Amino acid sequence: MKTKTILMTATAVVLAGAASAEEMADSMTLVSWGGAYQASQVNAYSEPYKALNPGLEVIWDESSNEAVAKLRAMNEAGNVTWDLVDVVASDAIRLCDEGLAMEFDPDELLAEGDDGTPASEDFGDLIVSDCFIPQIVYSTTFGYRTDMVGDTPPTDVCAVFDTETYPGKRSLEKRPINNMEWALICDGVSDEEVYDVLETEEGQARAFAKLDTIKDDVIWWSAGADTPQLLADGEVVMGSTYNGRLFSVIEEQKQPVAMLWDAQVFDLDGWIIPAGLPADRLARVKDFVKFATDTQRLADQAKYISYGPARQSSAPLVGKHAELGIEMAPHMPTDPNNAKHTFLYNYEWWADYRDDLDAKFQAWLAQ
Amino acid sequence: MAEATADTATPTPGSVATGPMLAADGVPLKRSLARALRREKLRALALIAPLLIFILVSFIAPIVDMLFRSVENEIVSETLPRTVVALKDWDYESGEGPGEDVYAALYVDLVEAEEMKTHTRLGSRLNYEMTGISSLFRKTGRGIGRMDTDAYTKAITTLDAAWNEPATWIAVMDDDSARALLPETASAWSSWTRIVAANNDDIAKEEPGDFLFTTLYRDLSAATPDALAGYEGPEAARVREAAARIGSIEPVSLREQFLDIDKDWSDVQVWGTIQAFSPKYTPGYFLSAVDLQETPSGIEQQPDDQKIYRLLFKRTMFMSLAIMFSCILLGYPVAFLLSSLPLRTSNVLLILVLLPFWTSLLVRTSAWKVLLQQQGVINDVLVWMGVVADNDRLVMINNQFGTIVAMTHILLPFMILPLYSVMKTIPPTYLRAAKSLGATNWTAFWRVYFPQSVPGIGAGCILVFILSIGYYITPELVGGTTGTFISNRIAYHISSSLNWGLAAALGTILLVLVLALYWVYDRIVGIDNVNLG
Repeated sequence: MKTKTILMTATAVVLAGAASAEEMADSMTLVSWGGAYQASQVNAYSEPYKALNPGLEVIWDESSNEAVAKLRAMNEAGNVTWDLVDVVASDAIRLCDEGLAMEFDPDELLAEGDDGTPASEDFGDLIVSDCFIPQIVYSTTFGYRTDMVGDTPPTDVCAVFDTETYPGKRSLEKRPINNMEWALICDGVSDEEVYDVLETEEGQARAFAKLDTIKDDVIWWSAGADTPQLLADGEVVMGSTYNGRLFSVIEEQKQPVAMLWDAQVFDLDGWIIPAGLPADRLARVKDFVKFATDTQRLADQAKYISYGPARQSSAPLVGKHAELGIEMAPHMPTDPNNAKHTFLYNYEWWADYRDDLDAKFQAWLAQ
Repeated sequence: MAEATADTATPTPGSVATGPMLAADGVPLKRSLARALRREKLRALALIAPLLIFILVSFIAPIVDMLFRSVENEIVSETLPRTVVALKDWDYESGEGPGEDVYAALYVDLVEAEEMKTHTRLGSRLNYEMTGISSLFRKTGRGIGRMDTDAYTKAITTLDAAWNEPATWIAVMDDDSARALLPETASAWSSWTRIVAANNDDIAKEEPGDFLFTTLYRDLSAATPDALAGYEGPEAARVREAAARIGSIEPVSLREQFLDIDKDWSDVQVWGTIQAFSPKYTPGYFLSAVDLQETPSGIEQQPDDQKIYRLLFKRTMFMSLAIMFSCILLGYPVAFLLSSLPLRTSNVLLILVLLPFWTSLLVRTSAWKVLLQQQGVINDVLVWMGVVADNDRLVMINNQFGTIVAMTHILLPFMILPLYSVMKTIPPTYLRAAKSLGATNWTAFWRVYFPQSVPGIGAGCILVFILSIGYYITPELVGGTTGTFISNRIAYHISSSLNWGLAAALGTILLVLVLALYWVYDRIVGIDNVNLG
């Protein structure tokens, strides 16, 4: 009789233990890019979430730049300390391929839109990988010095290759992605055919030949802050960077810089959940993701930074900048006025050709 | 016994002359001394053991492990074990794709790899060698579950519904003679047990997968009548019955199935790449690191438009030497001045040397940008003085010049400090003595002072050269296209392309180069002559 009681108590304890494993961890580590972008996430996502969950500890790690390598190292060491990682879509694909990110069913993990649209439709094509939770749409585009272009401000991306009308240096990112596409577009290739052309040796040679025409006039950047600084110093007449950086140069720092939205390349940034999290941490992060990617939260982020929310249902809710008080909608890359001519980055294609073209690009640079 | 001890303990004068000298306990003194010394050594070793073990575990082992990645290539044979074996006999030079057996092996391998989510990882690995394999594996992984091989499942279970029961399979696959009769099925069954275990399912309840029926079909078609007749294991009647009617099943070409998913599976280049990289260890990464490549038809030069690493190695060497020499040129006079001034003044000046040393690296690099850029301070001053035209400003940053300037500034303290500490120890009386003996200022310096300061130069050179050869932040920020180092590519492969094998190979070569230069230096200058202060 007594033995039975003990056994039953033991079972009850074990069951209680199993049940508590389903509970949510009381701290989580989020990884992001630091700076204004991370601040917008803190304001729009984690602070409201903490208000709903008192006692929760949120730790931010500014490691998104090296997230892929660090996550792989953590995974090999068998100790993943991150719960949610902010990465660009191409990195998410890489992490998914490597088995380092968790695959999920969007309709199960993510909240419905406020109009009841299932998440998979609300995000639509932006879910470019089985592991990727889209957050924002940003674009890589050009800004130019309004005082250095004379009376004819550029309206066409090919102004970058026109050193006669627009003399001076340009800044471009030190990698083949985007530059090869722009070179081909300005060499007369139609948008739809860019990747077909770029797949061939001749097409690649053609893109390099086009880039050759401005090679001596280019300053190559590797950090997102370079172009804004070069523009502010008047070191370059135009340069490519992320549209949010240009917004801050133009609206916050009031520099004589303007946007050239033509042929802006859309890219995505979002979350991935590392594979193999313990149950309690996974439960916590799932709960957070559901909250932080709902319609209102994504729209809220646009109050702090000029990146477009990834949900279609969020677009109508985008309001004014939290500090400057200006309407944010006209500054979004997705605004109809800005998105007259856009170019969509082909993730699958670059996943294949990145290694090859990067080697060629670096060799071309070094020549 | 006490007597004997006493005997040996007090040796007579005679025994000293004939035998070895003995210690107080009768053991020969030599051995006793050696033992005491050994004990001392062990004690010393035990004292430093925690540190030694710590360094071995936390420093040496990870480095060795990382460098080992430069040759390690187990991923191919681990992910595609059967394909690698089946491909052994295939000849790339024949120009024809492999036979059905290879496709069958690939099918089973990829079903397991897809379940375990390892196929895309292999795809990224092989994509370093051949562009396009990454998406080929991703696409094939998506299509592998939708192949027409379910025709076999339908046909065999229609013949005998018992084959749909996990119990039948478990019974047959548990028997050695059955496994010998059905080798491919047995191998596929082991994959199946791993897949079921990975999904935390119960093998007795899971409906057997399509690929098991495919291998069963292949095994039964290939089995000789004798082997079948001699089979006495479990379900013998059922197996014989299935074998007897196997000819009535319409075969499905696995080759065609793979080509339906992606026509690249008929490309001999793809198969050649898999074959060339199937060994567990590969020289491939090292070849890539010196602009060669391993192709199915042997080692070849990398195409000209992809050659970069040899150039970068040469440039890294050249620029590190340039930085080292400019550090000597600038650092030597400063150190000389510091050591000859009175202590009070030299201490103030030393703080000026150290102040930038304590400032953030990024701040110093950015400061050089502000100074050197075309709209920067130096150019502005030159334009104002009329030395250069406004529309023809000097390009001093984002090239080799900018990198050498910024890095010389950053590494200068590493040259000045060892020089200073050596010069401090050279007595000023020597110089005065030389002069009193009639030497000119130059002779006194060159013949008396300089030779004594060489150990400081040696130490400074080693520090500056080794630090600069591995630098990458400053070259990345101010190097432009002509001022980047090999370390920038290593960083790219570690953090961005995830090609850790190539990064490890580049790192190993860099390490070997540094060690070789160190050896040369030891031969020429002598490492004993180095004084690190």
